[in-house]
Amino acid sequence: MKTPRNFWLWVVSLAVYAFLYVPLAVVVLFSFNDSDLNAEWVGFTGKWYFRLIHDPDMLQAAGNSLLIAVVSSSIATVLGTMAGIAMHRYRLRFLPFLAVTPVAMPEILLGVSLLLFFRQVLDLTLGFVSIIAAHITFSIGFVAIVIRARLAGMDESIFEAARDLGATPWETFRFVTFPLILPAVIAGFLMSFTLSIDDFVITFFTAGVGVATLPLQIYSMIKVAVTPEVNAVSTLLMALTLSMIFLASRFAPDVLKGKT
Amino acid sequence: MAILEIRNVSRRYADLSAVDEVSFSVEAGEFFTLLGPSGCGKTTLLRMIAGFEAPDAGQILLDGVDLADTPPEKRPVHTVFQSYALFPHMTVRDNIAFPLKMAKKPEAEIRRRVQEALEQVHLSDKSSHFPHELSGGQKQRVALARGLVNQPRLLLLDEPLGALDAKLREEMRGELIDLQREVGVTFVFVTHSQQEALALSHRIAVMNRGRVEQLDEPSRLYGYPANRFVADFIGDINLMEAEVTEASQGHLRLRVPGLGEVMAPPVLDARAGEKGVLALRPEQARISAHAQTAELKNHFHGTVRGFLYLGDVTVYTVELDNGISMDALLANSAPGRAKFFDIGDDVFIAWRHDAGLFLRE
Repeated sequence: MKTPRNFWLWVVSLAVYAFLYVPLAVVVLFSFNDSDLNAEWVGFTGKWYFRLIHDPDMLQAAGNSLLIAVVSSSIATVLGTMAGIAMHRYRLRFLPFLAVTPVAMPEILLGVSLLLFFRQVLDLTLGFVSIIAAHITFSIGFVAIVIRARLAGMDESIFEAARDLGATPWETFRFVTFPLILPAVIAGFLMSFTLSIDDFVITFFTAGVGVATLPLQIYSMIKVAVTPEVNAVSTLLMALTLSMIFLASRFAPDVLKGKT
Repeated sequence: MAILEIRNVSRRYADLSAVDEVSFSVEAGEFFTLLGPSGCGKTTLLRMIAGFEAPDAGQILLDGVDLADTPPEKRPVHTVFQSYALFPHMTVRDNIAFPLKMAKKPEAEIRRRVQEALEQVHLSDKSSHFPHELSGGQKQRVALARGLVNQPRLLLLDEPLGALDAKLREEMRGELIDLQREVGVTFVFVTHSQQEALALSHRIAVMNRGRVEQLDEPSRLYGYPANRFVADFIGDINLMEAEVTEASQGHLRLRVPGLGEVMAPPVLDARAGEKGVLALRPEQARISAHAQTAELKNHFHGTVRGFLYLGDVTVYTVELDNGISMDALLANSAPGRAKFFDIGDDVFIAWRHDAGLFLRE
């Protein structure tokens, strides 16, 4: 028998989860609805997905999103890994602060400031380069945190032992440090990939006119109406994000469980 | 010739002198121990020999060559860490092969030497296990094999037995002695355990507050501690305040307040009027129920106040008539008998005129 206190805890928890996930479930459900309106369930169909893959604008946007995500998360992973190692090895006071701030910064602020920086300071034409640079900026911090958490749980003398047994600093990194942090590197990459592919606000400010990513494309579509096609593309995006997060949690369980 | 020479080495951390003007040398093939309480600088010294830290002053010479500009990976010196520091993502075989791989040895030679090392530490059947699948003692042996496989000039051991439980520690002690004899590599061993140091070492440097207090063979350290710290740190000892009343060639005459006159072996340069302590090991104090022969010049009456049964021996705490408390040790040669004297028993404590030692502070 559950105690009443336990019972209410269950009710509240379920209510919170419902609040979070029912809207998502509705989107998924209506993406298979055989009706032009998101009003009532008519019957099952896959035609919105079929229409989606024949929509050139949508395919173009998906291609852009993937390209931006792959490039920005690759670069962010390299830089974030370096930052994470530096944060762990040297007790620098400001590096952790600088690397992690973009994680906590309101996106709108970051978006506006990056826009101003690219236009006013660098005089850059907005497009792929500016979007990728912006995505790298907010992803580095996430990667660095994951890497540092991984290193913090390790016996420091392992790295000294490598040097002691004849490995140069580079060999120590290659044969000992890197293999040991590899799960965190992969998790960091997957996290930056999902951040990049889902990002709307910062991309909106730094995209300019020529380049549309998937979230921007969806936004421009719902300005007219929330069509079942939007449901379909949202469902796909959701599936991609969830699988990435699932993979990331497999590679770095310590980070997502909040153990550092 | 000395394989390792430490010359006036100092290392400071902020205000603290971790290692202070230390000098000594280690002979080839020696089992040399740095012994001292935690914070005495022994680990810092070891880390400087390995190359993880640089001395602020002084020189460290290996085979006569100053190591100052040699990074850790270029020093023919390997370390066995207290935490073993095995690479968790490598098998036992790969862990042991690591130093050979870094030294760019040919594949065939690596395979042969890893196999030899595995046999040497009796782990041939564990070669494809990962470190987390091994027991503490097995990890320890992998760490030893890995440290020795590339035949370093020097193997440094940082409290390697510290993480093991008591029984295993005793076993590993024996294995360490055999292994060192077998491979003939010079060992520099760091420990805070005086028992370990006495059992394993050819020579011991006793360190305290960044300095070497005494450097000698185990039996000399135990029998002739140079000062109060060494006497107190190594083994159990009775210490009594004493003043020299007469110093002659053959003996010292001491006055111990409350106890009276005590005879002790001579000490270099002792002068009448000098103050210090009389140090006497519990096993040198004979305890008996009856007054003893006049052969024992130091002879006092007292009462048993307590005893500590240790299995092989029992330590009796005896309060002498003048209030001074002393420990005396008696071997339990009769099985099943915990003590020969009980609390409150009248006893006599006596020791030979050449036992006991006058120590300056």
